[in-house]
Amino acid sequence: MSESLTFHYDVDGEDFTSAGQASVQVKKNLRRLGIPPEIIRQVSIAMYEGEINMVIHAGGGDADVIVSEDRIEIILADHGPGIADIELAMQEGYSTAPDSVRSLGFGAGMGLPNMKRYTDEMTIDSKVGEGTTIKMTVKL
Amino acid sequence: MKISEIVNLLDAKVICGDDMLENDVFSACGSDMMSDVLAYVKDQAVLLTGLVNSQVIRTAEMMDMVCIVFVRSKQPSEEMIELARESGMAVLTTDLRLYEACGKLYVNGLIGNGRKSHE
Repeated sequence: MSESLTFHYDVDGEDFTSAGQASVQVKKNLRRLGIPPEIIRQVSIAMYEGEINMVIHAGGGDADVIVSEDRIEIILADHGPGIADIELAMQEGYSTAPDSVRSLGFGAGMGLPNMKRYTDEMTIDSKVGEGTTIKMTVKL
Repeated sequence: MKISEIVNLLDAKVICGDDMLENDVFSACGSDMMSDVLAYVKDQAVLLTGLVNSQVIRTAEMMDMVCIVFVRSKQPSEEMIELARESGMAVLTTDLRLYEACGKLYVNGLIGNGRKSHE
């Protein structure tokens, strides 16, 4: 086992305009590490969708990206309302985002399905009233 | 197609990225829904949109796009232009509507890439 590298970000839930800053930063860091462009794209899209979700639904949260020899893990943890029905939330087109979010170009019910599509593994651990932790893995 | 040709075809104004006008781009997409861009787009270099906020620039950055065209005379904010500059993207504005702008580029050879939604 060689050492892994962790990047931590606080995702600010106050301001939709700044949502995605952490993902942009991750993208830059992965580029510096010489990770292949297609992998970088997968990781940054999945993380960006997750970041947007945390801002829309949970008032922000914590994002960790762990780069190890054979994989990149993205862990997004929030203390938001939680997801009552994960299976339903995973359906394309299902969204609980308010109309105000739709007018900003999001809330089409594609966030979670996209995160799954762009990663090799994804687990959702959520309790209503307590929060949600999503762990995604992209294999190198 | 060179970005300078897009400028000509759409009678567009170059907001930033003057140094990129001679760069070649091979495909484009048009959408006001960033969720859909993130879901369905693959390898398109140009985004045409009528949506104006910082998330447009970030979405384009996530998708490795190099040029954004704001349609219907929409003007990006200074903050957005700065974000685009940092990411090395060209930003254009045109008075055309989304449908017309996409159509003009398409008939002149800038394709959409022809992939189905779930490939």
